[in-house]
Amino acid sequence: MSALLVGITVFVLAAFVGFEVISKVPPTLHTPLMSGANAISGITIIGALSAAGLGATPLAQALGFFAVVTATVNVVGGFLVTDRMLEMFKSRSERERARK
Amino acid sequence: MTAILYLASAVAFIVGLKRLGGPRTARSGNRIAALGMLAAIVITLVTEGILNWGVIVGGLVVGAVLGAWAAVRVQMTAMPQMVAIFNGLGGAASALVAATEVVDTDLTTLSAETAVTILVSVVIGWITFTGSLVAFAKLQGLVPGRPLTFAGQRLVNGLIVVGAIGVAIWAGVTGEQVGYWVVAGLSLLLGVTAVIPIGGADMPVVISLLNSFSGLAAAAAGFVIESNPLIIGGALVGAAGLILTVQMTEAMNRSLANVLFAGFGTEGATEAALMSDRPVKRATPEDAAISLGYADSVMIVPGYGLAVAQAQHAARELADVLEGRGAKVHYAIHPVAGRMPGHMNVLLAEADVPYEQLLDLEQADPQLPQTDVVLILGANDVVNPSARDDPGSAIYGMPILNVDRARTVIVVKRSLSPGFAGIDNPLFYNENTLMFFADAKEALEQTVSALRTF
Repeated sequence: MSALLVGITVFVLAAFVGFEVISKVPPTLHTPLMSGANAISGITIIGALSAAGLGATPLAQALGFFAVVTATVNVVGGFLVTDRMLEMFKSRSERERARK
Repeated sequence: MTAILYLASAVAFIVGLKRLGGPRTARSGNRIAALGMLAAIVITLVTEGILNWGVIVGGLVVGAVLGAWAAVRVQMTAMPQMVAIFNGLGGAASALVAATEVVDTDLTTLSAETAVTILVSVVIGWITFTGSLVAFAKLQGLVPGRPLTFAGQRLVNGLIVVGAIGVAIWAGVTGEQVGYWVVAGLSLLLGVTAVIPIGGADMPVVISLLNSFSGLAAAAAGFVIESNPLIIGGALVGAAGLILTVQMTEAMNRSLANVLFAGFGTEGATEAALMSDRPVKRATPEDAAISLGYADSVMIVPGYGLAVAQAQHAARELADVLEGRGAKVHYAIHPVAGRMPGHMNVLLAEADVPYEQLLDLEQADPQLPQTDVVLILGANDVVNPSARDDPGSAIYGMPILNVDRARTVIVVKRSLSPGFAGIDNPLFYNENTLMFFADAKEALEQTVSALRTF
C-alpha cells in the first residue's frame, strides 16, 4: 500500500473514532471541547519541529521557526485556557463546598 | 519503537476527547491530551536528529510565552475571539509546515501524490488562518459584525476558487515554485472574502467550522510529512468541529451553505422599523422586582447582550436573591445564544453558576408553560415567536425557546431595535411582556436593589 493510501486509511478510521467519541457532548461543554480540540490540532507542532530542526536553507528554517511559534501558541495557550475554563465548571455540591 | 510511542500520544488524544465530554471528567481529559502532546513533542525532539536547536528552542520559548500569556489574561467574555485566533494559528502552523517542504525540495521531481498533499495543505491552512482572523476582527468589533456584502461577491469568490485550482494544477504539473506561492496568496485572500459576508450571530457556525478546518489542516500537513499522529489528531479535531458545526446549523434550521453564502441579516430591516411603532409595556426596576419577587419559578434566558454587558455576575446575584426568597431559578440556554457554541455556559460558569442550573433547549422548553417569570437578558432571535408562527419570516422553522407561553416575560434590552437578523420580534408587543430598556448589567443591579427593599 502506498503511503498516501495508508494515510487515508488512518484518517478515515480516526475521523470515525472522533465522531463516536464526541457526538454526545452536552452543550455546557461545547466551548471547552472546542478549545481542547483546537489544542490537539496543535499536534502539527511535531511537523513544525522537524521542519525547523532539519531545514536546510535559511528560508526553510525561518518558515520552520514561525511554524514552531504558531503551533506552540496553539498547544500551550489551548490547553491552558481549556483548563482555566474547566476549573470554573462546578456542580452545585462543589460550589457549596468551595464556599464553606 | 517511535511509532508505538506516537501511537500512545494518539490514544491520549482519544481518551482526552472522550473525557472532555462529561463535566466531571473534562478537566482530567484535557490534561491527558496535554500529556499526550508533551510526549509527542519529546519523542520528536529525541528521535528526529535535530540540527538547528537554536531555531527550535527560540520558537518554543516565544510560542509558549505568548500562548500562556494569552490563556491567563483573556477575559471569559472574549473567549470567542480567543478560540478564533487559536484556530487561525493552528491553520497557519500547518500551512507553514507545508511551505518548508516547498522551499526545501526539488519540486520538479515530486510525485503527483506529494504535490497534491502539499497543495491541499497550503490551501486549507491559509484559508483557516485568514478566515479566523476575519472572524476575530468581527468578534472584537474591529470590522462591523454585520454581513459585508457587495454586488458580484459570489462571482469574485468563484473566480478566486477557479483561479486557485488552475494555478495549483499548473504548479503541480510543472513544479514551478512560484505557482505554490500564488496558490498560498489566493487561499489567504479566499479566507477573507469567504468570512467577510457572514454576520455576527452566525459566528457559532463559523467558529465551529474553522475549528474543524484547523484539524483538517493538521491532517493535511500529516499527509505531506507522512506522519500518523498528525493525521490522527487532525482527523479527530476535524470530526469534533464538524459535529459542532452541524449542531449549530440545526439549531438555526439552516443549511451550512445558507449560513456561508446567504449574507443573512441584511434584509427585512425596513419592515421591522415600521412594526416597531406598535405600543409596548415598559417596566421600571421596581416592576421587574415585584414580578420576580413573587414568582415561584424563574427562567433566565441569556444571549449575546449578557456577554456585551458583562452581566453574568449580576445575573447570578439576582438568582441568589430569588433563590433566597424560595424561588426555583434556572437558565435556559439556546444552542446558538452568543457567538460560539457554549458561550453562555462559560460565562455563567465564570460567575459561579452550578452547571445543573443550566438547561438546554430540550430541557427548558417544556418547563416554560409552568414558569412564572421569564427574564430575557440580551437574547432576541432565539425567543422570537415568528420562527414558530410566521411562515414568511426569515427565521421560520428555527427551534426557539417558547417564552411567550410563560406567565410573564421581562425583556431586558437596550432599545427596541430588531436583533441581528433584522427581524422584528412580536414577543415585545405581547400582553404578558414587560420591556425593561436598559443595559443588562445595570438593569440587574437595579432590580436586585429594588428587591432588597421589600
